[in-house]
Amino acid sequence: MPGRLESVEAVDVVQVVALDGGFPVLAGVDFSAPRGSITAVLGSNGAGKTSLLRTLAGLTSVASGTGQVLGVSVARPERGLVGRVGLLGHDTGCYEDLSPAANLRFLSRILRADPRRADAVLARVGLTGRLGTTTMAELSAGQRRRAALAQLILRAPELWLLDEPHASLDGDGRALVDSVMEEAAGQGMTVVFTSHDPGGAARVADQVCTMAGGVVTERRDGERRGPHAA
Amino acid sequence: MLRDAWAVFAKDLRIEAKTRVGLWQVLPFAVIALVTFAFALGPGKSALSAAAAGMCWVGVAFSSVLVVGRSQGIEREHGVRTAQRLAGIDPAGVFLGKTGAVAVQLAVIEVVLGAGAVGLLGYHVHRLWLLLVASVLATIGLAAVGTIYGALTGAARARETLLPMLVLPIVIPVLIAGVRCWQAASVSSAPRVGEWLSVLGAFAVIYIAAGVVLYGQIEEVQ
Repeated sequence: MPGRLESVEAVDVVQVVALDGGFPVLAGVDFSAPRGSITAVLGSNGAGKTSLLRTLAGLTSVASGTGQVLGVSVARPERGLVGRVGLLGHDTGCYEDLSPAANLRFLSRILRADPRRADAVLARVGLTGRLGTTTMAELSAGQRRRAALAQLILRAPELWLLDEPHASLDGDGRALVDSVMEEAAGQGMTVVFTSHDPGGAARVADQVCTMAGGVVTERRDGERRGPHAA
Repeated sequence: MLRDAWAVFAKDLRIEAKTRVGLWQVLPFAVIALVTFAFALGPGKSALSAAAAGMCWVGVAFSSVLVVGRSQGIEREHGVRTAQRLAGIDPAGVFLGKTGAVAVQLAVIEVVLGAGAVGLLGYHVHRLWLLLVASVLATIGLAAVGTIYGALTGAARARETLLPMLVLPIVIPVLIAGVRCWQAASVSSAPRVGEWLSVLGAFAVIYIAAGVVLYGQIEEVQ
């Protein structure tokens, strides 16, 4: 695998500068996350949170900087992260003309997963009965968010990158996201999520990073008492 | 690769079966184009019969741009392409699956236009096997080229106009060979049919191979 390194940290990058269309979206980020941990990334709009997630997913080109993501060089991820990273962005990643169930069945075929697992995942996110068979385009924003989350649960990647996963969700939905992240971290997967809610994010996270101007400006422990708690 | 191709093929046709964009938008467009050409040529039976093959294939080529645009559009929306790329779907499988689904939709259009040519324009079929072989090869070529260029232009803002500007000049060999084969199929014997079939076959093989090799890189660039 290209540039593959071994580390106890799932993510460990130093002074990363990333460009999007020639514009620097990350201006020398230092960021790390231990395996099996949950990290919250806070910051105002335009701080670089989404760009950080996209860079860690290998979707934004790195102009300079060093480090690794799941043992793959952050500067040259090539296809080393394919299948190992999941990104829940503002888009659902689902076909609008298909139902959540049909979207998950399609993903199951791609992943060579047991189709029955797709049904279990749909039940896990509360999209059962008619909700599971209604086309995505007809679902509410919160239900669409749940369908997107279901795709990620089915994939179970090593690194979960969630961009404002609580957006558009009601109280139950937010609790669902928190429990899914907790479950993933409990199984050894690494979760990095962005949020605009410092209090809520700190409750579920092992560490909390704050970004501004494309760099991490503050890093502190969260309140989660996982294996990485101090 | 083939499993991913089959999954993408089935999914694209399922979406088409649900939305019926091809049935309600593309197919009527193709029929209207055929009828418009017929009106432009006038009521002379022999002129219409002689031009029937060309009118059909021009209609299919124009329709292919619409079918490909739709086929790529569903991948572009709502971050689907990024999600699938991260999930590890084989790009060559995506190319083959999408090409197959586009080809099926074009085949339906060809059947309808062919029936229209027989019913309205006085086109006669003497050698059905030639018509079928030529149609299959030409359809695969059109679908493969369209899928490659549909992915290439996917991120461009002016993709709706860019796609036909790139695709239509490239498929001219398919149009010429397809028309020649359909014309040859309407008479009991015609020379050089094998050469035109070879052109269609080579075109299909070259663009299928190019798509399998290059589609992943094209998607990454996009």
